[in-house]
Amino acid sequence: MQIDLRTVSITPVRQTFDHVARRIGPNKTASRYQEGVLDVQANANFHYRPTWDPGHEIFDASRTKLVMADWYAFRDPRQMYYATYTIARARMQETAEADFEFVEKRGLADTFAADAKRRALDLLVPLRHVAWGANMNNSSICAYGYGTSFTAPCIFQAMDQLGIAQYLTRLGLLLGDVEALDEAKAAWMDAPQWQGLRHLVEDLLVIGDPFELYVAQNFALDGLLFPLVYGTFDTALTVQAGPTVSMLVRFQNDWFAETSKWVDATIKTAAAESSANAELVSGWATTWRDRAVAAIAPLMDAALGGDAPAAMTDAVTAFDARAAKCGLTL
Amino acid sequence: MTTTAAPKKLGLKERYALMTRGLDWQTTYQPMEKVFPYATYEGIKVHDWNAWEDPFRLTMDAYWKYQAEKEQKLYAIMDAFAQNNGHLGLTDARYINSLKLFLTGVSPLEYMAHRGFAHVGRSLPGVGARVACQMQSLDELRHVQTQIHSMSNYNKLYDGFHAWRHMHDRVWYLSVPKSFFDDAITAGPFEFMIAIGFSFEYVLTNLLFVPFISGAAYNGDMGAMAFGFSAQSDESRHMTLGLEAIKFMLEQDPDNLPIVQHWIDKWFWRGYRVLTLVAMMLDFMLPKKVMSWKEAWEIYAEENGGALFNDLARYGVRPPLGWQQACDDKVHLSSQAWSTFYQYQAAAPFHTWVPSPEDMDWMAQKYPGTFDQYYRPRFEHWAEREAAGDRYNNGTLPMLCQVCQIPMLFTEPGDPTRICYRDSVYDGERYHFCSDGCKNIFDHEPEKYVQAWLPVHQIYQGNCFRPEADPTAADFNPLLEVITWYQMNVGVDNAPYEGSEDQRHFRAWRQMTTSNA
Repeated sequence: MQIDLRTVSITPVRQTFDHVARRIGPNKTASRYQEGVLDVQANANFHYRPTWDPGHEIFDASRTKLVMADWYAFRDPRQMYYATYTIARARMQETAEADFEFVEKRGLADTFAADAKRRALDLLVPLRHVAWGANMNNSSICAYGYGTSFTAPCIFQAMDQLGIAQYLTRLGLLLGDVEALDEAKAAWMDAPQWQGLRHLVEDLLVIGDPFELYVAQNFALDGLLFPLVYGTFDTALTVQAGPTVSMLVRFQNDWFAETSKWVDATIKTAAAESSANAELVSGWATTWRDRAVAAIAPLMDAALGGDAPAAMTDAVTAFDARAAKCGLTL
Repeated sequence: MTTTAAPKKLGLKERYALMTRGLDWQTTYQPMEKVFPYATYEGIKVHDWNAWEDPFRLTMDAYWKYQAEKEQKLYAIMDAFAQNNGHLGLTDARYINSLKLFLTGVSPLEYMAHRGFAHVGRSLPGVGARVACQMQSLDELRHVQTQIHSMSNYNKLYDGFHAWRHMHDRVWYLSVPKSFFDDAITAGPFEFMIAIGFSFEYVLTNLLFVPFISGAAYNGDMGAMAFGFSAQSDESRHMTLGLEAIKFMLEQDPDNLPIVQHWIDKWFWRGYRVLTLVAMMLDFMLPKKVMSWKEAWEIYAEENGGALFNDLARYGVRPPLGWQQACDDKVHLSSQAWSTFYQYQAAAPFHTWVPSPEDMDWMAQKYPGTFDQYYRPRFEHWAEREAAGDRYNNGTLPMLCQVCQIPMLFTEPGDPTRICYRDSVYDGERYHFCSDGCKNIFDHEPEKYVQAWLPVHQIYQGNCFRPEADPTAADFNPLLEVITWYQMNVGVDNAPYEGSEDQRHFRAWRQMTTSNA
C-alpha cells in the first residue's frame, strides 16, 4: 500500500520555457533532456563573422550539404544531457576499473598465452591513435555542426573516444609496458598493414562538412571497425586464450552498443527528411564504407588469418543491413 | 619486449603524458597545415608544443567518476529545493530578478563557451592544450544545463524567464553579453584563449560568480547556490588552463608579447563592461546584500588582479589599459546602470524599483562622497514621482556604444556630471563609443565592429517588428511592437516590481504555506 505524503502544492503558472512548449505542446511538463538541449543554441542576429571562416555565420547550417527544415528533428534516443551522460559513464568506468583490477591482481596478463598476447597488442594498441582521431573529429562536429540536439552528444562522443584511447593505452601498459605503446606507434606510422587506416583517419581530419564527417567517422568507420575488432576478433582471441583481453575491452563493446542507437537515430532522421538527403547520406556512407573496408582488411588478415575474408564479408553485410534499416541505399 | 618483467612504475605526469600526448602523431597523408588550418593566422609563434605544462591531469575515467558524483548531489539538492517550495524561503521576491538577469544574460554564454572550447579544442595543434579545452567544453555544457534546470523551477512560478533563448538574441541589453562572446568565438583560437581562458576565467570570473552565488546564499536560494558551489571545482580547472595558456604563449616567442598585450587590454575592457550588470545586481537587486560592487572590485580585481599582473610582469606584460579607469569608476558604475534600467523598465523582462530609504542609506555608507552627492537626489525624485502616481519612463531609445553595446550612460573620467562620448570615422561613416577603451578596440579592428547587430539601430531600421505588424497604421506603437517582438508578456514581465504578479504571487504563496487562512 502506498500512502501519499502531503506537501503544500502551488499550481504552476507555466510548465516550461516557451521554446520548449512550442515543440512539446502547451501545458506539458518537459523532461530535463528537453529543457537542456532544445533550441539552446543561438540562432539569430550574430554580431560578427568568424575571422577563421568569414564565409559563414558563427553557427551556420550551410557548413554541411545536408538540408534540414529543423535541425532539432535530431533527438538522442538515450536522452542524454550532461548529468545522465556522466552518470552512465561513471557506471561503465566502475566496471572497467574492476575488470582491470581483476586482471592485474590475478596476474592474468602474465599468464595470458604469449602468442595471443602478441596478437592482441598488434591489433589493439595502435587503435588508440584511431580513437584519438575520432576524438578530434567529434570535437569538430560539435564545434561546426548545427543545433544542440545534434552537436551536444558529439562532445560526449569525443570524450568517450578519448576515454577509449586511454583504456587502450592501459591495455598496452598492462600487457606489454611502455614499449608496447612505442611499438604500436611505430606500426601506426610505418607498418604497411596500418597505412590504409592511417591514411583514412588523416583524410577524415580534413573533411569540412560536419555531417559528412559524422557519417564517415561515427557510422562508416566505427560501424565496421568496432564489430570486427571488439566482436569477431575478441571472440577469436577468447577462444584461443581465454577472456582476459575481453575483460579489458568490455567498455568499448558496451559503448558501441549504446552509442549505435544514437548514431542510427541520427542517420535515420537525416535520411527521412528528404530524398535528396537520403541520396546524399547514402553516397557518403558508400564512399566511406568502401574506404573503411579497404583500410581494415589488411589488419584483419593479420589478426584473423584465413578467417579474415569471411569476417569482412559478414561485417559488410551486417553494416549494409544496418544502413538499409536507417533508410539508406548503399 | 619482455612480458614477464614487472611493469615499470610510472609517475603521474609520465602516465598522463602517455594517456594524452602519446596519442598524437605528425600527419603525413594530409599536411599538418590542413589538419590545423587556424593555427597560424593570428601571428602567434609556437616552437614547441611539448613545453606546454598540463594544468591538471585528469583522465576520462576519473573525470566521469568525479563529475557524476557532483551531478548526483546537485540534482538531489535541486529536487529537494523544488519539492519543498524552497523559493518561499527567499528573503524577498525581488531577489528572483537577479536570476532572470543570469538566465537571460549569462547562461547562454556558458553555452557559447561550450561550443567555443570545442572549436579551440579541435584547432590548437598541441595535444595537452587540446584535451584541456575539450574537457572545458564538456564542463561548460554542464554549466548551461545545470543552470537551465535550476531555473526551470523558478520559470514555472515566476515571470521573465520563459523566453530566455529568444530574448538573448534580440533584447537590447542582452546584446552586451551576446556580442562579448560572439566577439571571442569569432576571434582566432589563441585570442579566444586570452579572451575567455585568461581574461574572463582568470581575471574576471570571481567578479561574476562570487557575487551571484554569494547573493544566492545570502538570500536563501539553495538551488542556485548548489550549482554555483558545484561548479567551483570546474572553475578552478578552467582558471589554471587560462593561466597556462598565457604563460605558454609568452614563453614561446618574444614576438608574441605585443599581440598578447593587446588582447589583454581588449578583453579586460570588454569583460569589465559586461560586469556592469553584476555591479548593478550586487548593489541594487539583492534584498539582502553581500558586499558592494566597490568592495568586490577591491578584493577580486585590485588585490587579486594586481598580484596576478605583478607576477606576469616578468614576461613584460603590463596591467591592461583602462585598469585605472575601472578602479576609479567603481564608485559610480552600479548607480549609473540601475538608473538606466529603471528608466527603461518597459523594455526589460525583469522588475526594477527605487531603492528603499534604508537601502539608500546602505549605498551612502558604501559609497561615501558619491552616492548622496550624485545619485540619491535622482532616486528620491523618482520615488516622489512614483508616490504621485507618475512613474518616470524613458520613451526614447538610447545611443549604443558600437563596441560594448551598452547605452551611452557612463560619465567622463574624473567628471561624473558629464556623459562620455568618443567617436571614430571608418570607411566614410562615424561610429560612437562609450569610452576610450571601446574606441581603442574599434580602431584596432574596425572591419569587425562595423558588423555589430546594434539593437537600437535595428529597431530604427524596422528590423525588430513581427512580420504581421503594420507600421503605417495610425495607432502603431513602435516600442510596444518591439517589446512584443521580444516575446515579453507586456505589462507582466516588464512591469515595475511594485504591483507585479511576482510580488503578489510570492506574498500569497508564502501566506498559504505559513497560515491556515
